[in-house]
Amino acid sequence: MLEIKNLHVAVGGKEILKGLTLAISAGEVHAIMGPNGSGKSTLSYVLAGREGYEITGGAITYRGENLAELSPEKRSAKGIFLAMQYPVEIPGVTTLTFLKTALNAQRRARNEPELDALAVLKLVRSKAASLNVPEEMLKRALNFGFSGGEKKKLEILQMALFEPALAILDETDSGLDIDALKLVADGVNRLRSPERAMLVITHYQRLLNFIVPDRVHVMAGGRIVAKGGKELALELEAKGYGHWTKDAA
Amino acid sequence: MAAVSETKKTVAELGEKYKYGFVTDIEMERAPKGLNEDVVRFISAKKGEPDWMLQWRLGAYRRWREMTEPTWARVHYPKIDYEDAYYYAAPKTTAKPKGLDEVDPKLLETYKKLGIPLHEQKLLAGVAVDAVFDSVSVATTFKAKLEEAGVIFCPISEAIREHGDLVRKYLGSVVPVTDNFFATLNSAVFSDGTFVYVPKGVRCPMELSTYFRINASETGQFERTLIIADEGSYVSYLEGCTAPKRDEHQLHAAVVELIALEGAEIKYSTVQNWYPGDEEGKGGIYNFVTKRGDCRGARSKISWTQVETGSAITWKYPSCILRGEGSVGEFYSIAITNHFQQADTGTKMIHLGKNTRSRIISKGISAGKAQNTYRGLVSVHPKAANARNYTQCDSLLIGRECGAHTVPYIEARNKTARVEHEATTSKIAEDQLFYCTSRGIPQEEAVALIVNGFCREVLQQLPMEFAVEAQKLVGISLEGSVA
Ligand SMILES: Nc1ncnc2c1ncn2[C@@H]1O[C@H](COP(=O)(O)OP(=O)(O)OP(=O)(O)O)[C@@H](O)[C@H]1O
Ligand SMILES: [Mg+2]
Repeated sequence: MLEIKNLHVAVGGKEILKGLTLAISAGEVHAIMGPNGSGKSTLSYVLAGREGYEITGGAITYRGENLAELSPEKRSAKGIFLAMQYPVEIPGVTTLTFLKTALNAQRRARNEPELDALAVLKLVRSKAASLNVPEEMLKRALNFGFSGGEKKKLEILQMALFEPALAILDETDSGLDIDALKLVADGVNRLRSPERAMLVITHYQRLLNFIVPDRVHVMAGGRIVAKGGKELALELEAKGYGHWTKDAA
Repeated sequence: MAAVSETKKTVAELGEKYKYGFVTDIEMERAPKGLNEDVVRFISAKKGEPDWMLQWRLGAYRRWREMTEPTWARVHYPKIDYEDAYYYAAPKTTAKPKGLDEVDPKLLETYKKLGIPLHEQKLLAGVAVDAVFDSVSVATTFKAKLEEAGVIFCPISEAIREHGDLVRKYLGSVVPVTDNFFATLNSAVFSDGTFVYVPKGVRCPMELSTYFRINASETGQFERTLIIADEGSYVSYLEGCTAPKRDEHQLHAAVVELIALEGAEIKYSTVQNWYPGDEEGKGGIYNFVTKRGDCRGARSKISWTQVETGSAITWKYPSCILRGEGSVGEFYSIAITNHFQQADTGTKMIHLGKNTRSRIISKGISAGKAQNTYRGLVSVHPKAANARNYTQCDSLLIGRECGAHTVPYIEARNKTARVEHEATTSKIAEDQLFYCTSRGIPQEEAVALIVNGFCREVLQQLPMEFAVEAQKLVGISLEGSVA
C-alpha cells in the first residue's frame, strides 16, 4: 500500500529525513518509535503533503501512485489521514461544520454524493458516542480551547468518520488519560481491516499493548535504524534509544 | 438603448467569478446626461412629485453645487466627472405596474437569476421584497399582508405621493440635506428607494427586504430609504445589492435614514455585493453611502449589520444617534476586499442621552492588493451620563500585498462614560490551511471556511434566511486570494 524508498526531505533548507525506507502492506499496522527530533512528525507531514517539506531524494508510492504529485486534499480523498501531534485551532468554525465540510469535500472529490446536514449529524453522533465525545464539543469551535486529550479524541473521531485506507497517528496517545487511551485504541482496532493500513507513531510501548502492531520501526536521525516485531517495543522501553542513536547521527 | 450593447453571451462568459454580472437587455428611458436644475425637475416630474418635494430637491441641488467632494477617507480614485453620467434611468414600460402580473417578464427573469423570485407564492416564507431596478421600484410583494398589520412598505416615490405627511415630517431629519457631498447629491437626484412605517406597538409580521440592482451603463444609482418605527414597534429590514460587470466605474450614492421612537427597535442588515471590478482593478461600483439611525425615543434600539463584499470603493459609516435615554446602538460589520478593492468603512456612535449603550464589532478581511480601513467614532456628549461603548475591531490579512488600517476616534466628554476598544490583526496561518486541506478541503474552500469562522459573530446577526447566502458570498468574494 505504502512504499517509501530512500526518502530525503529538507525543511527550510535543512535536511531532516536522510534516506528513509519503509513499506506497509494493506492489512498491517506498523509502529514507529524514536527519540525527540528524530523526524517522525516530519515523515507524517510529508505523507500528508504539507507545504515546505521538500522531497530532495527518493520516492513515496501510495497504491501505485507517486504521492509527491498529489495535493493534500487529493491525498485525503484517496484515503490518507493524518491524526496530528498538535491539532490546530480554528476559531469560529464549529466542529460539526468542519466535519461536514471535510467529509463532503472528500466525497465530492471521489464523485460520491454529498451528505446533507442531517445525515452528517447522524453519522457524527454515532461515531462520537463510541468515542465518548460529548455532543456539546461538536458545537464548539474546532479545537478551540479543547484540552490536549479532547483534541486527540477529535482526531480519532475524524478518522472514524473518514474511514481512511491509510491512517497515520502521530503521538495520538500523548496526553490521553487511561480510559481515553482505551477508547482511542478501540477506535483504531475497529478500523483495522485487510484493506487498511496504519502507521502509529508513539513514545510509549503502553499504546502497543492495546494496538498490537505487526511491525515496529525505530527511527533516529531521519532514518529507520532498526525494525522488528512487537517485542522490539518492549526492548526499547527497557534499554532506551542509546543503543541505536549512537551510530545514527 | 444604452444597455443593449452587452448581451446574454456575456453572462455565460462571466462564469462563476461574478455571477451577478449579467446585463438585462431592456429598453431604458433616461434623463439627459449631466446634472442641472432641469434634470432635477425631470426626475421630480417623472415621479409625479408634489411641489414641496421638488423645492426640497432644488435646494439640495443648489447647495451641492457649492460643495466639494471629501478627501479624508483612505481611498484613491480618479476624479469623478459628475457631468458625464446619467442621473435617471428606468425600464421603459408605459405605466407603473400595478401588480406583479404587469411587471416586464424580463425584469422578473433578472430577479430570478439573482435568486430573488418576486412571485409571492415562491418567496421565502415571511420575507417581503421591494425590488429597485436602476432608478425605479418594480415590485413590492406581500403588500396586502403588511397593510393588514398597518405596516407601510412601498417605494419611496409612492410614499411621497400617498403618505406625504409622514415623508415630509421625517425625510432629512436624520441626514440633513446639507450633511455631506454625497448625501446632498442624493437629496437632489434620488430616484427611488424604500419607505417603511411601522405603527405604534406593531411587530412587523415578516422580514422586509429590498434588492437594488444597477443595470444601465453610465448611470448612477441614488436610492433613498426611510424607515420609521413608531413607539414600541419592531422591524427587521434587509437590503441586497448587485450590479452588472462593466469596465467603467459607476457611482452609487444612497442615503438611508432610520428613526426609532420610544421603545422601538430597528434591525437593518445589508448584503452589499455591487460589482467589485476585475482582478486588475478595472470597473466596479463607487459606493458612497450615508446611513444613519436616530434613536429618538427612550429605550429605542437600532442595530446595523453589514456584509460588504462588493464595490471597487466603499465609503460608508452606518451610524447611530443615541438621543433617547437608555437607547442602544449596534454596528456589526464584515468588510471584505480582494484584488484592488478599497473599503473605508465603520460607524459613528453619538451618545447624547443618559445610560446609552453602543456596541461595535468590525471584521475586516483584506486580500490581493486591497486596502481595508475601519474608521469609527465614539462620541460621548456631556449629558450622556453612564454611556457605555464596547468596540472590537479585528483584521485578517490574506497575502502580503494588502493592507488593514484601524482608525478609532474617541471623544468622551462625560466622566462617567466607559469606552472600551480592542483591536487585533492576524493572518490565516499556514497550519490552519494545512489542517483543512489535509482533511480534504481544497484551499479556496478552506480560506472561505476560516474567514467565515473569523466573521461568525457578525454573520450570526443576519436574519436566518440570508445568513447562508452571506456565507457563500464570503467564499466567492475571496476567490483567487490564495495562490
Ligand atoms: N521548519 C523547520 N526548520 C528547521 N528545522 C526544523 C523545522 N521543522 C522541524 N525541524 C527539525 O526537524 C527535526 C525533526 O522534527 P520532528 O518534529 O519531525 O521530530 P519528531 O521525531 O516528531 O519529534 P517529537 O518526538 O519530539 O515529536 C527537529 O530537529 C526539528 O527541530
Ligand atoms: Mg513529533
